[in-house]
Amino acid sequence: MSSPATALPSSIDDTAELLRGGGYIADRALATSLFLALKLKRPLFLEGEAGVGKTEVAKVLARTLGRDLVRLQCYEGLDINTAVYEWNYPRQMMAIRLAEASGRGQEAALARDIYAPEYLIKRPLLRALEPHKSGAPVLLIDELDRTDEPFEAFLLEILSDYQITIPELGTMRSTEPPIVIVTSNRTREVHDAIKRRCLYQWLDYPDAARERAILKARLPNAGEKLSAQVVAFVQMLRGLELFKPPGLAETIDWAQALMVLDAVELEQGAVEATLGVVLKYQDDITRVRGEIASRGIEQALVAAR
Amino acid sequence: MNALAANVMHFARVLRRVGLPAGPDKVTVALEALQVLNVGRRRDVFHALQAVFVERHAQSELFRLAFDRFWRAPEDVAPNTPSAPGLGEATTQHPRRIDEAFGARGADAPTNLPDVIAGWSAAESLRAKDFESMNATEIADARRLIATLRLPIHEVATRRFRSGATRGRVDVRAMFKSMVRGGGVVELKYKQRAMRRPPLVVLCDISGSMAPYARMLLHFLHAVTNDRDRVHVFLFGTRLTNVTRELAHRDPDEAIARVTASVKDWSGGTRIGDALATFNRLWSRRVLAQGAVTLLISDGLDRDGGEGLGTEMERLHRSCRRLIWLNPLLRYAAFEPKSAGIRAMLPHVDDFRPVHNLDSLVDLIAALSMPVRRMAA
Repeated sequence: MSSPATALPSSIDDTAELLRGGGYIADRALATSLFLALKLKRPLFLEGEAGVGKTEVAKVLARTLGRDLVRLQCYEGLDINTAVYEWNYPRQMMAIRLAEASGRGQEAALARDIYAPEYLIKRPLLRALEPHKSGAPVLLIDELDRTDEPFEAFLLEILSDYQITIPELGTMRSTEPPIVIVTSNRTREVHDAIKRRCLYQWLDYPDAARERAILKARLPNAGEKLSAQVVAFVQMLRGLELFKPPGLAETIDWAQALMVLDAVELEQGAVEATLGVVLKYQDDITRVRGEIASRGIEQALVAAR
Repeated sequence: MNALAANVMHFARVLRRVGLPAGPDKVTVALEALQVLNVGRRRDVFHALQAVFVERHAQSELFRLAFDRFWRAPEDVAPNTPSAPGLGEATTQHPRRIDEAFGARGADAPTNLPDVIAGWSAAESLRAKDFESMNATEIADARRLIATLRLPIHEVATRRFRSGATRGRVDVRAMFKSMVRGGGVVELKYKQRAMRRPPLVVLCDISGSMAPYARMLLHFLHAVTNDRDRVHVFLFGTRLTNVTRELAHRDPDEAIARVTASVKDWSGGTRIGDALATFNRLWSRRVLAQGAVTLLISDGLDRDGGEGLGTEMERLHRSCRRLIWLNPLLRYAAFEPKSAGIRAMLPHVDDFRPVHNLDSLVDLIAALSMPVRRMAA
């Protein structure tokens, strides 16, 4: 769409470098599996808690490779009409009316005409199989765990052959298979058959050093001291066995929130006022507020020194 | 490359023996993957094989152990040291070391692996359990009875539509199709939301006080698991074990043998609060997401005296569509909840089902199939 297409990375280091260029700091495991996915032309299945940067991988990849990003957001009840294609009924009706009015109501010809590609509404999966100017697009199938099993079974077919059959038009086959990234928050177990066709990668919360690097890449204006303290505090929270430990996205949001409040350092008032940015469950907030927070701040100040 | 291919195949065999699904298709992909990598770096080989062979996060640790055992090498090699004695070199330059490793490993190493894994739980005092196997009539009876099970849960409307005759939304797609086919006659077509049974999550107490019912409950759980889709089963005493995969085996005796082998705390004490806390933290988001109904089977007798139980029950109650508590202790109509555990749990259930006699499937299914009674909290 925008920048010209970049060649695919030729090594694991190249892959990590490519992602870093897009502001995504990947660990070695992710860089390895992504490199292999690109090289072996297999879908990459990313699983992990919410907010560890699964979706971001696909976005950054599309941006840095200069490919189009086709995104399919999954939800319960997603079906072929919304995921693959649908016929544009109002327009087809209109075409029939016009044909009748102009007196050429020949059935066979009409049936052929109204099932022409111009009446086809293309949904993400079909779009991903079409040829793109900048090369095969990045197809992001986001939060696959939200759909139901029938859709999974259908997806299986697409992921193995990269082709879709539309009864009225015939089979659409992609000349170059798209780069497929599938993500799951693990709100249910995705069927093994899907995983078997993919390379699997579990994304964990980053360690302190990588989290600081990510924060620096994403918020270049954040003070060094504040960033280090925010990271230390969030890392402490993740060790607490909370109902929902904060993800990377929360770290970034929180640092941003504190910057907006002109905080240079963590201090009790600001932390408690913004706790809702990091923790999203009332139980967790009540537990952390007060003593745990103040002890965490102390530790963070020491750790960041 | 041939030596490497043989190694990968041998490694896949080891993985299969420890229970990872490392089929021939995976071996092919693994070999492809190693061809595009610099196999001199052990860590990269590790990540690559992990991406290929591991399918769920729970398998990662097992994989790591198997990998470390199999590709036995000095401590993690620094990634950029060119002289690192990694795989590629090893196969060409140190055939003897590889031979030795294979000799030590060859036949008996895979048997070592499960020891390592079993060793993780050595600290606890564990009890095994033996159940009588079921005869063919009993199995057939169980199947028949399960078919009559009507949980007090209604089917829920999914987001998916199905065309049908009764009035609902107008199905434009079907109308258009029939119009083209029928030569211009427009016929009204309808579609309705498809109905579906919600997922079922069973949390079953297997502590000492529940021991008399354990065999029957396991058969019940096996029958339920194999009767419907989206069932998750957890057993708890002093800790929580997910036995869904084990129960999914078609043969009830085989399934129950697998369950008994995987559960380490038969007939011990109960820590309901702890078990629920573990469930809430590790599993609730993974299995309760699609409007699941939770069935809690427990007598409510808690070793920790109900401490922390209230909060965890409340959390659980808020995360699922419906919480049904089945209690085999409450045989008498005049039962008063005296135990602290029971008092802590009662306010947070939607439906409370005493069972007078849990020795037979008939009674259990009858109790579960009764119409809903409102809980007086």
